[in-house]
Order: sequence, then structure tokens, then C-alpha cells
Amino acid sequence: MSTTKEAYYIPDPSPWPIIAALGIFTMLLGVVLWVNDITSMVMWVGLLMLSGLFYGWFGAVISESQSGKYSAKVDISFRQGMFWFIASEVFFFLTFFGCLFYLRTITLPYLGGEGQLGKSNMLWEGFTYTWPVIQLPDATNYVEPKEAMGPWGLPLINTLILLTSGATITWAHWGLQKENRQQLVKGMAMTVGLGVLFLICQAYEYSHAYAELDLQLDSGIYGSTFYMLTGFHGFHVTIGTIMLIVIMLRSMKGHFTPKHHFAFEGVAWYWHFVDVVWVALYIFVYWL
Amino acid sequence: MSSAVTANGHDEAHHHGPPKGIGRWLFSTNHKDIGTMYLFFSLIMLLLGGAMAMLIRAELFMPGLQLLEPDLYNNLVTNHALIMVFGAVMPAGVGLANWMIPMMIGAPDMALPRLNNLSFWLLPMAAIMLVSSMIVPFFPFGGGAVNTGWTLYPPLSVQAGMGMDLVIFTVHILGISSILGSINIITTIVNMRAPDMTWFKLPIFVWAWLFTAFLLILILPVLAGGVTMLLFDRHFGTSFFDAAGGGDPVLFQHLFWFFGHPEVYVLLLPSIGVLGMIIPTFARKPLFGYKPLIFFMGFLAILGMVVWAHHQYTIGMSLNTTTYFMIGTILISIPVGLMLFNFMCTMWRGSMTFETPMLFAISIILMFSFAGVTGVMLAVVPADLQYHDTYFVVAHFHYALIPGSVLGLFAATFYWLPKWTGNMYDEKLGKIFFWWNVISFNITFFPQHFSGLAGMPRRIVDYSGQFVEFNVISSLGAFMFGVSHLLFAYIIIKTIRGGEKAPDKPWEGGQIGTPGLEWTVSSPPPFHTFETPPAVK
Amino acid sequence: MKADKGNSMQSCKKTLQKTAGIAGLLGAGSVHADLALNLPEPVSPLAIEIYDLHMLTAKMALYIMIVVTAIIIYSLVKFRKSEGYVADQKFHEGLFGRFGWILVPVIVLGIDATIAGPGMKTLNNVEDYSEPDMTVKVVGSQWKWTYEYLDDDLRIVSNLKKLDPSDELYLRDVDNPLVLPINKRVRFLHTATDVLHAWWVPEIVYKKDSIPGYINETWTIIEKEGTYRGQCAENCGTGHAYMPIVVKALSQEKYDVWLAGQKQASAAAAAEAASDKEWSKAELMTRGEELYNKNCAACHQANGAGIPGVFPGLVGSPIATGPVGGHLDIVVKGKAGSAMAAWGAQLNDLEIAAIVTFERNSWGNDTGDIVQPAAAKAAR
Ligand code: HEA
Ligand code: HEA
Ligand code: HEC
Ligand code: CUA
Ligand SMILES: [Cu+2]
Repeated sequence: MSTTKEAYYIPDPSPWPIIAALGIFTMLLGVVLWVNDITSMVMWVGLLMLSGLFYGWFGAVISESQSGKYSAKVDISFRQGMFWFIASEVFFFLTFFGCLFYLRTITLPYLGGEGQLGKSNMLWEGFTYTWPVIQLPDATNYVEPKEAMGPWGLPLINTLILLTSGATITWAHWGLQKENRQQLVKGMAMTVGLGVLFLICQAYEYSHAYAELDLQLDSGIYGSTFYMLTGFHGFHVTIGTIMLIVIMLRSMKGHFTPKHHFAFEGVAWYWHFVDVVWVALYIFVYWL
Repeated sequence: MSSAVTANGHDEAHHHGPPKGIGRWLFSTNHKDIGTMYLFFSLIMLLLGGAMAMLIRAELFMPGLQLLEPDLYNNLVTNHALIMVFGAVMPAGVGLANWMIPMMIGAPDMALPRLNNLSFWLLPMAAIMLVSSMIVPFFPFGGGAVNTGWTLYPPLSVQAGMGMDLVIFTVHILGISSILGSINIITTIVNMRAPDMTWFKLPIFVWAWLFTAFLLILILPVLAGGVTMLLFDRHFGTSFFDAAGGGDPVLFQHLFWFFGHPEVYVLLLPSIGVLGMIIPTFARKPLFGYKPLIFFMGFLAILGMVVWAHHQYTIGMSLNTTTYFMIGTILISIPVGLMLFNFMCTMWRGSMTFETPMLFAISIILMFSFAGVTGVMLAVVPADLQYHDTYFVVAHFHYALIPGSVLGLFAATFYWLPKWTGNMYDEKLGKIFFWWNVISFNITFFPQHFSGLAGMPRRIVDYSGQFVEFNVISSLGAFMFGVSHLLFAYIIIKTIRGGEKAPDKPWEGGQIGTPGLEWTVSSPPPFHTFETPPAVK
Repeated sequence: MKADKGNSMQSCKKTLQKTAGIAGLLGAGSVHADLALNLPEPVSPLAIEIYDLHMLTAKMALYIMIVVTAIIIYSLVKFRKSEGYVADQKFHEGLFGRFGWILVPVIVLGIDATIAGPGMKTLNNVEDYSEPDMTVKVVGSQWKWTYEYLDDDLRIVSNLKKLDPSDELYLRDVDNPLVLPINKRVRFLHTATDVLHAWWVPEIVYKKDSIPGYINETWTIIEKEGTYRGQCAENCGTGHAYMPIVVKALSQEKYDVWLAGQKQASAAAAAEAASDKEWSKAELMTRGEELYNKNCAACHQANGAGIPGVFPGLVGSPIATGPVGGHLDIVVKGKAGSAMAAWGAQLNDLEIAAIVTFERNSWGNDTGDIVQPAAAKAAR
């Protein structure tokens, strides 16, 4: 593979970026039309454009990588890029955790009558604050949940699933470093399997919450924060699983060498990030 | 995709000039071309956002409703602000970063060139979406206009129609663009420096952008999260911002300003970096206190992240919280004061000449100090309880935004135009532009301090007779100020099309202190610079 | 809401006259008499304290600007190349160059402390929640203010008084001002029914936001009789420019007389609404029209056409011409997530009945329905 002394690889002009921009535009415009009950077509077209795009763009990157154009310095750029991308994702989740914290320690106690701003309680007579919020200040426009989602049972199983998957992907990495391709592919397959299992459990949990607990998006602030946090996490798990599948296929094809496997590591980092978010989620959303 | 690979591992095509045809721009992976596109995009947005400001000022020329319905007026205010902040100033900053950072640090290009092009092309998409948010209310399916102002506070933003959803996704697209752009800039600075370009040889502009990029990566996700919650409240029945369901409208304000206050330093810092290049050049003397300046920029970035609630003194926070935010905000005068002090000390005992960039730089020190001291007045809570949401605030932030960032970008343009185009700009026209611009700017916004103190609230389409005088002056000034920008556009076009040839080092003092490597290449620079890392003195 | 041509011409002329006036006066070096350059003169202890604080910070700002400007002008004059001044290349290596940067934090910290000290002192007074003599709940709605005297069971609804742009009090006057006694400690509780508003009368009290679902508190003691004016200071949508505030401060005796009068009138109105008198259509229509113009026309417009895309027209609307029950329901309960408020909280049965009758029989809506207060009561 390449060494540091050579020139930095600058790709030729490429159509992918502008197609990506168009794809993102189309999809988001589609979402606007969809939430305003006009049509959902545009959104699907945009999604299709984006999937094709990822296939094409990453395909190009993979073939460049396989033909050995990326020097060690390019590799460092990719790593740093991925690192900062994950940092921005961390802040995205911190936002929602921050909201949860703010609502639980500051505004809900006010609504329940505590402190100087507790006089707000005179607008909501009879509301007392408990977390999770089962009884709402004014339930006219909302569905009050019957009960909260406890931390034991499925959520605990899900925690174990994700923690295990973090271990299996590390095991796969060891395989890669030892050039034991079988261990690599096996480890990846297990990780993918666990990711899918997690998503299935999550889907089951949602349906249970909707059908039996009346815990919905419109169940007031508890439902709102619950779905916002677990939903965005689930979305990231989905993306992560797709990336894992790609890496698994690439491993099977014999890509990656012990020294040169940024794509693998990038995805592994992402997966660990998703893992850590879940642990925080488990503690703050399900447990405390 | 790529052509044949030569023995030493890079493309044959790179030794030729730029690619031919429209593809050069659409598919570009060249930092200079992308930088140029950023700069032109932001100039167009400046004119567009400015044209909206002209409509605003025309409506406010006198009491009564003449041109605009109330909703349309506030929709214009919203779009004026979003276009100026996200469409004109931020892209101009990124455009400068694109052009200059690789050349300054001796890199062949940005670290991730294709991503760089994506960051750019997302902007026109966002602009289209933002403009359509203004158009949909004219159609029956569009619902009410986005009359919230750029702060998008719920519950008003929950009432608005489809335009609001378009604004939400505009913010998402802009967020993606800026985050990707920042990732690219950080990676370039950290990874792509020429071997001997050590951290404390970096030009101050590069440092300024490094901090800016960190800020962007940390704050934009928060805004994205906030508007996403807004979208859910609007369409999916959640109750984040509705007390009846246990939420809180103020929560959104915290999220917005957690982004919004650091954002003003995102707008400010690139221009501070530019001043740090220009003033040593024309004072012919190294930048005073280079290292303290860097450390205090870092201090500013950190402090800037933890004082956001000074925009919300009126929401009713506890005494301790309010006191904390007041003191934190007042302390910001330390790092910013140090920057301006260092600039003044750079001028001190220098040997100054007054070309257009320097004229702008000096006027910026004066006018931005003024913005800063009114900022500190606003930071004092009890007084802000009177100033808040009046034209006093509007005056403060236009003094901060226009000298603090827009004029800095103008100065940068004059400073580097010879390098970019290979031609000198017309110095006489440049000076005319400077005086016209700065004088009419002050006529426009100085009186707004007084109308604000006298009690004129912001975001009102119509006002009572007691505020007439100031608004007339302000509107007249604004029209003059607006027209001056046409001269700016003219000077740029004229310079691109020809003029006296610029030498490689157009400014006598350009090499003093910690200059970038841009002065070591020709004017205009070749399409590809520094394919092999240069040596640094 | 559009001012007609004649008015704007008139105001244009006036504007020009005034401008010419300023130009002349500024030239003569004096300041126009009614040209306010500063915060209006405060009349409550807290407002006075804030005013002094404002003057302090403004002076500090001025001094800093003088210093900065002086340094810059001095260097511009002295250190120019055209005067043959040669740059001191060693300046930044000297003692000052190496340690000068410490000066700024020290000096600036000193100035900051001079500002923050009085700031914190005043802030403590702002947040002083001692027992008040009386409490007024101030409720902002799109686009009017409702004042509830919590100790006296009295309510005032305060709407914009429509005036000509050339009028002295254009956008500054209301039909029913808030009336308060002087020299009493008054507590205001701020809240809103729909979106954010902010109640602000600079002479007597600073602003705090009115947030739907939450209550904020401010206080004042007015020391001078008089009429004080302010405006809604938080963007609340279409009518944000049209939400003036007027406070009339009266001596205790005059206030008591006024209060007794108000109580009598409101008791009479309540009795009227509660009586089971059968109202005739004509009676309901006249009352309804008046109430409609006062409460509903801001959105649905005087001609009932609404503003397309924003506020639905009521002319021929399925609700206003459909079953009476549905119509009463939306008026009494409002529509969540839209600007349409639950009017049941603000209007009595008679008023609701009158408005609904009016809407169902105007602008070509001719259902012929006569809605009696009892029906409105049942709809609650
Ligand atoms: C480039 C943009 C920019 C910059 C740099 C600043 C800088 C500052 N701003 Fe400003 N501000 C805005 C843009 C900016 N602002 C905008 C857009 C809004 C309104 C948003 C909206 O509501 O729509 C706003 C609003 C705003 C408010 C809210 C007002 C309100 O709504 O009620 C406050 C309150 O504290 C504030 C304070 C400050 C302070 C303390 C600084 C400080 O950073 C200033 C520091 C600088 C100096 C102090 C001058 C230099 C120092 C010296 C010469 C040394 C000596 C000085 C002293 C000892 C004081 N700003
Ligand atoms: C970087 C940001 C930026 C910039 C550069 C500007 C530039 C200007 N702004 Fe901006 N403004 C904001 C950011 C900015 N503004 C923000 C954040 C708000 C708050 C919004 C809110 O409340 O939500 C605001 C609000 C705001 C208001 C308050 C509205 C209200 O509260 O009701 C006003 C009113 O005077 C105003 C005026 C102007 C003017 C006259 C200019 C001028 O500088 C514009 C000059 C430029 C041009 C004019 C363009 C060039 C000329 C042409 C296109 C040719 C045509 C010319 C003619 C027809 C004469 N702005
Ligand atoms: C602040 C603005 C505002 C005011 C004031 C207002 N309304 Fe409305 N009204 C609305 C909006 C917005 C809707 C649309 C609600 C929806 O369906 O989303 C509406 C809907 C209605 C409807 C249903 C119309 C239809 O066909 O959908 C009726 C009837 C009505 N209002 C009556 C009244 C009456 C009576 C008053 C005064 C007592 C009043 N409104 C005051 C904003 C207002
Ligand atoms: Cu009410 Cu603005
Ligand atoms: Cu701020």
C-alpha cells in the first residue's frame, strides 16, 4: 500500500455531490408535501435518488480505495472526517437528552406548582408533577398513557443485545487484524444479526406501547420524549445495520487489509456510538 | 471516473488546466472553483436579502400600511434575516476558507474535495426551498405565512402554514451543508498543512476558521434537533412546546439560542481573522500578540457557548440563573476587547497606508466596538428588560453584523481580489465605495438606537407618529446604503474582466508576521497549487 | 387593515413636514421637543432605578468609545507612511509587546465589575416578590389584552382603538385602558392564551413575556397620576403592531369611584346574561355585530371574508351555516393548535349567543337561526 511521501489524491470532477444535493432536496421537499397531506410520491422519489446515490458514490470511493489511490494521509482525512461527523451526531442526541433534563428538572416542576414560577399551577389546577407524566395538565388534545414503559423486560434484553453486538464487532476487528477472514465475516454476520434483532424487538415494543399502554406520540410530554429519543436512536441503528451489511459483504469479497481498512473502522466507530447512546437512553429514558 | 493512474499515484489530468465547460463548476473538486462559487452565491444572496430589507425599510418609511400586509411584512423580516445570516455571511466565510486555507497552509486542496462540492451545492437547494416558503402562502394550500421572525418561536410557528415546514427543512439542509463544510475545514487544517507549517506559524485567519468550524459542529445539531421537534409538534401530535401536554414553549428558545449565540461568533470570527491579516499588512508591522489572540479566540468560543440565555431575559428564569447569564455575557467583553486591543497595538508605531481594505479594517474596529458596548448594555438584565425586542436591539445587531462580519468580508474581497483574479481593483472606486458604504450605513442604523429607546418594538409593520423622524432618516439611509452595494458588485466584475496586472505580492506588507503561503504563488494562482508540499520559512 | 389612500397621503405630508423640521432643528443645534432620544421618564421606583442603571451603562459605553476613538485617531495621524514614519518592527518583542495583553483583561474586568455590581443590585429588586397590595392578571391574546383584577373579581378587555395614521395617538390608544391606583404595590401576573406576547409600559414597568400555560410576575408602584402607554413587545403574528397598552393611574379616591362603577356595570351584564329572557333576533343582531367587530373582526374581518389561507372566511362556511351545535362548539372551545381561541373563557353566554346569531345571519349567511344564551350555556 501507499506510503506518506506521495501526492495527496484529489479526485477528478464528480457528478455525485450535485446529485446528492438534488436527492436531499427532493426528499425533504417530499416530506413537506407529505406532512401537508398533498402527496407522498416526491418523498419516495427522493429516497430512491438517495439510495442510488449512495450506491454510486460509495461504489466509486470503494473502487478508488481498492485500486490503491488512497495514501496514508488520505486515510487520516477520512478518519478525522468520520470522527467529527460522529461528534456532530453526539450533539444531536445531547440536544434531546438536554430537553429531557430541562423538562424534568425545570419546567414540569413549575407546572406542578414548585418554586417562584410554580404560580403557573394556578392555570392547571389539579396537576401534580410525577415522572413519567401520566396525568397531563390538560388532556383535551392528547391521549393520556395508561402506564409508563418499565426498564425491565424488552428494554433490558435490547441493552444486552446491543452490548453483545459491540463485542462481536470488536471480535471481527481482531479477526481482520490477524488476517483471519473467517472470524471477520462471522463476527460481522453476528453483529448484523444482533442489529436486526434489536430492531425487531424495538418494533415489537412500539406496537405494545401503542396497543396496550396508550403510549403514543401524542401522549403528552412523556410520549413525546420517549419516541423522539428511542425513535431517532432506532433510525440510527437502522442506518448502522445497513452499513454493517455493506461491510460484511465487502469482507466476504476480500476487501480490507490489516493496515488499510478505514471503512470497517468508521462503521465500527459508528456502531459503538449508537451503542453508547442506547446505554444513556436506557438509563435516562427507561430507568431513572 | 478517474483517468489512468500514473506511476507515482495521481491523475494525469491534474497537470492540465481546469476542465472545460459547465461541468467544471457543477462537478468541481477544486477548492478555488468551489470557493468562487461560494462567493458568488453569497453576493447574490446579499442582494436578495438586501432587496427584502429595502422593502422593509420602504414600508417603515412612514406610518400606515403602504406596501405590505402585516403577514407579508413579517415573512420578509424572517427571510431577510435567514438569507443574510445563512445565505450571505456564512457562505462568504466558507468561500474565503475554501479559497485561502489550502493556499495559506500549503495544501494541494481541501481534504475531502467531493464532500466540499456537496457542501456548496446544498446551498442553492436550501435557497430555493427558503424562497418557496415565501411563495406558498400565496396559494390556497399554503396556509399562513411564516410571520415569526428568524427565531421561529412556537407557538406562533406552530400556527403558520406550509411555509414553516419549508423553513424547517431549509434549516436542515443548511445545517448539513455547514457541518460537512466544517468537518472539511478542520480536517484540512489538522491534516493537510505543509510539513513545516507548524501550529504557531499558521496565519490568524486559519486559526479563526478552526474555532469557527468547531463551533459550527457543536451548535448546528442543536438547531436541527430544535426544528425537528417543532416539525413533530406541528404534524405528529407531540407536545414539546405545549404546556397542556407538559411541554414548554421556552424550551425551543433555549435550543434556538444555544445555537444562536455561538452563531454570532461564527459570523464574527472569520472577519476577525481577516482583520488579523489586513492590519499587519498595511501597518507594515507583525500582528501584535499573536499567541494571546489565539488563546482568547478559544476562550471566546467556549464562553460564547454558555451565555445563550441573554436573549431570553424576559422569559422568567430564576434569579441565580439570570445572574449567571448576565455575568457570563458581560465577561465576553474581555476576549473581544483583547482582539480589538491587539489590532490597535498593531497599528501603533506602524507605518500605515490607507488602501481600501485598511480603510474598512479601521472603520470596523470603531463601529464594532460600538456594537460591542451596546451589547454589554444589553447584557445587563434590568436594562435589557427595557431594551429587549425594541429597535435598540435591531441597531445593536446590525452594528455587530454589518461591520463585524459583512464589512470584514468586503475588506477580505478587496484584499485578496488581486490574488484571485490577477488584476488590481480600481483603488479610486474602492475608496468611493468605502465612504459611501460606511456613511450611509451609519445613517441607516444609528437612529434606530433612539427609536428603540423611545419605545419602538421590532417586527412591527406599522408604528405610531412619535417614531416618524427616526424611521424616515433610517429608510433614506438604507436606500443609499443599498445602492452602494451595486457599486461593490460593479467593482468586482470590473476587476475580473481586466485591469492593471497584479504582481504575486500585491501588498508591500503582505509578508510581515505570520502571512499565508498564498503570496508565494502567482496571481492568479495556477489551477492546482502545492501538488508537492512547499517549504516554509 | 389597509389604510386608505387619503390617509397615507396626509401622513406622508406630515412626515415630510416633520423631517424638514428635524433637519432644521438639528442644524440649529437643538433637539426637537417631542423627539424622544432616551427611555421615557420613569414614574415608579423600579423603573427609575432601571433608568439610572441604563444611564450608567450608556455613559460607560460612551467613555469606552471615546478612548477607542482617541487611540485610533492618534495613530492615524501619527503613524502614517506618508509622514515618513517607519514601523517599529521590534514593538511586539518589547516588554509591552510580551505582556501588554494582560492589561486588557485587567482593565476590562474592572469596567465589567462596575457595570455588573449595580446590575445585580437592581436585578435583586426586579425579582423581589414581596406581598403586593393588589394583583392584576394580564392575559395576552391575539390581539388584545385582558386584565383580571384578582382581588376584585373584575375583568377588562382592552382592544385597539382604530384611528387615522395622522392621529397623534395612532396605534397608541385602546377602548378600555387598565386603571390602577397610585402609590400601591401592584403585582402583575403575565400569561397568554395562544402565542407569546409581552406586556410593556416603559414608564411604569419593564417587560416580561406572556407565555401560554405559564405565569410570569412583575411589580410596580406608580408614583404619579397620568396615562402611560406601551405596546406588545413580543412578535405575536398578524396583529402584533396592533396591540397597544394604556394604563391610567388614578389617585386612590378616584380609583375607588371608578371601581365601584365598573363592578356595578359588570354585575348588571352578568345578570342580564343569566336571566332566562327570550332575546329577539334584532336585539341579538345589534349586540352581536358590535361584539363581532370587537372580538372577531381582527381575524375573520369585518365583512366575514377572513384572510384566505390564514383565517377562514365565515361567509358560507360549512360551520357557520351548518348545525348550530358545531358553530357554538368551535366558538366556545376554540380549535387547538390554531389561532382560534376558546371564547367560552372570555365571553358570557349572552355574548356568545349574540355573536353566533350575528354570524349565522350576516353577509349572506341566512340560516335564520336565533341562538339563545341557554344554548350557549349548554355548549360549554
Ligand atoms: C456578529 C454578530 C454579533 C456579535 C459579535 C454580538 C456581540 C455581542 N452581543 Fe449581540 N446580538 C446579535 C449579534 C451579535 N452580537 C444579534 C443578531 C442579536 C439579536 C438576535 C435576535 O433577537 O434576532 C443580538 C442580541 C443581543 C442581545 C439580546 C438583546 C435582546 O434581545 O434583548 C444581547 C444581550 O446581552 C447581546 C449582547 C452581546 C454582547 C455582550 C456581545 C459581545 O460579544 C460584544 C463584545 C465586544 C465589546 C464589548 C467591544 C470591544 C471591547 C472593548 C473595546 C473593551 C472594553 C469594553 C467594555 C469593558 C464593555 N446581543
Ligand atoms: C448579516 C445579517 C444582516 C444584514 C447584512 C442585514 C442588512 C440589513 N438589514 Fe437586517 N436583519 C438581520 C440581519 C441582517 N440585516 C436580522 C438577523 C434581523 C432580525 C430578523 C427578525 O426580527 O427576525 C434583521 C432585521 C432587520 C430589520 C428589523 C425588522 C423588524 O424588526 O421589523 C430592519 C429594519 O430596518 C433591517 C434592515 C436592514 C437593512 C436596511 C440592511 C442593509 O444592510 C441591506 C443592504 C443591502 C442591500 C440593499 C443589497 C444590495 C442592493 C440591491 C439589491 C439593489 C436594490 C437597491 C435598492 C432598491 C435601493 N433588518
Ligand atoms: C386570532 C384570530 C381569531 C380570532 C380573534 C377569532 N378567530 Fe375564529 N378562527 C380563527 C382561525 C385561525 C380559525 C380556523 C381554525 C381551524 O380550523 O384551523 C377560526 C375558525 C372559526 C370558525 C370556523 C370556521 C370554519 O368554517 O372553519 C368560526 C365559526 C369562528 N372561527 C368564529 C369566531 C368567532 C365567533 C370569533 C370571535 C368571538 C372568532 N372566531 C375570533 C382565528 C380567529
Ligand atoms: Cu401581542 Cu405582539
Ligand atoms: Cu447573543
